[in-house]
Amino acid sequence: MLDDLYREQIIDRFKHPRFRGALPDADARYEDENPLCGDHVVVYLKFDPQGRAQARFEGEGCAISMAAADLLMEYASGKTEAELRQISKDDVLALVGLSLSPARLKCALLPYKALKAALYGLQPKDAAEPSPEA
Amino acid sequence: MRAAFDPQTVRADFPTLQREVRPGVPLVYLDSTASSLKPRQVVERLADFYLHHYANIHRGIHTLAEEATAAYEEARQKVALFLGAHEAEEIIFVRNATEAINLVAHAWARAHLRRGDLIVLTQAEHHANIVPWHILAAERGVRLAFVPVDGEGRLDLDAFHRLLAQGPRLVALTHMSNVTGVVPPVADMVRAARQAGARVLLDGAQAAPHLPLHVAALEVDFYAVSAHKMLGPSGIGALYARREVLETMQPFLGGGGMIRRVTLEGFAPAEPPARFEAGTPPIAEAVGWAAAIDYLQTLGMERLHAYEQELGAYALARLAEVPGLRLLGPTTMESRGAVFAFWLDAAHPHDVAQVLDHYGVAVRAGHHCAQPLHRHFGVPASARAGLYFYNTRADIDRLVEALGHVVRMFA
Repeated sequence: MLDDLYREQIIDRFKHPRFRGALPDADARYEDENPLCGDHVVVYLKFDPQGRAQARFEGEGCAISMAAADLLMEYASGKTEAELRQISKDDVLALVGLSLSPARLKCALLPYKALKAALYGLQPKDAAEPSPEA
Repeated sequence: MRAAFDPQTVRADFPTLQREVRPGVPLVYLDSTASSLKPRQVVERLADFYLHHYANIHRGIHTLAEEATAAYEEARQKVALFLGAHEAEEIIFVRNATEAINLVAHAWARAHLRRGDLIVLTQAEHHANIVPWHILAAERGVRLAFVPVDGEGRLDLDAFHRLLAQGPRLVALTHMSNVTGVVPPVADMVRAARQAGARVLLDGAQAAPHLPLHVAALEVDFYAVSAHKMLGPSGIGALYARREVLETMQPFLGGGGMIRRVTLEGFAPAEPPARFEAGTPPIAEAVGWAAAIDYLQTLGMERLHAYEQELGAYALARLAEVPGLRLLGPTTMESRGAVFAFWLDAAHPHDVAQVLDHYGVAVRAGHHCAQPLHRHFGVPASARAGLYFYNTRADIDRLVEALGHVVRMFA
């Protein structure tokens, strides 16, 4: 049961994140927190000329929220804005791969909420933006 | 002199303590600071009242209404005696300590405070004793000042006296912190505040379950309590307000029960305490709370307190063995209660609580509605073990053993 909750991958991502760090000239940045527990995350998105995202996060929080952030940033990297908009909660939960109680679900989905809010804040692109399937 | 308290004599009264969280993993309940467990006697009294004596109170001529009214008013008498009030009419039933403080902010402060008036609070307050005053400050332009706390969470009394010199109208502080467990020197503080001309409110949500109380002797103006932290039902609490102050307060919520007369042109309010109890009150909850008070008083608050102090000292010694554990609060039991919030270097409080739950140990994780205090300690959250008299040394041992698992898992 505890193994279900803290798979080795989660502990490993928590201790050794691959996608942690600020992107100083990011196209979008969103900071969010869970007021119940103080988990805190900042998501950064930067798009290359081909419209592919580089995604990073900063923050502090429990192993679940920080590992979820790292896994989600990896998943988001290389995607176009349209593809990012299609990421669903279920995608995030599949990445995390844990059976979570309602309280811990909020931890796992905090980085997802921040990513969605960052996308919402992006300025609409002009027609030069590549189509999602391009 | 009565024999020292032995928790084994009461544990059978709390069926929750006999349960397992999973097969083979018995529960260790260390979340009493958030809410206490309920003994059989309280639940049975509630059931008996609902099944055999229940009706709405007041103005009923029938037998049940008379029985229910008598039981409700007897509960008010019991709360008054438990708190050490002079008279039952100084007890207003509310939903919880939070509502009690909000009642003071509405019914007393709005009638008496003006723009620029000073309210003194402390950095150790629960949000329940901060936010109502922020709301009042935004609405009425009163000023708020906070007594700082030191590295152990104890109040800076020099700063307190300097603030008193500014002539505050109200001093409102916790009688026991729900994070650090610190019990400030309230007798001296209340005396000094009253001499400075201030009214004094004590948030007794944490103190009332653990300390023998005498609010009249303390000469405090307001005292706020919740039943659910002291074996009683959820949904009821009380505000004690000194008769003389009570008379000067305007109504809180409007409705039935709080009036003397209503016309199409206006209304005349009832005398206290009815003036502040609009609508059908928590009747059965009051009766259940009275049963909780009977239970506590049969065991003896002095005796329970002595036991909790001894258990707390054991907990402090054992927690000191855990590598990387930083206590938010004093490291001795002097002037503090047996609640222990801590930060573990190895893992976030959420993860600590989750792994402890796996081993059957129930603790709380978060900021415990005290964000300013956590900011002072430089941590976003903490894990918290809150003890009550039904806990044992074996419970502390289980906690420390489970913390060892956390440290190994995240090391």
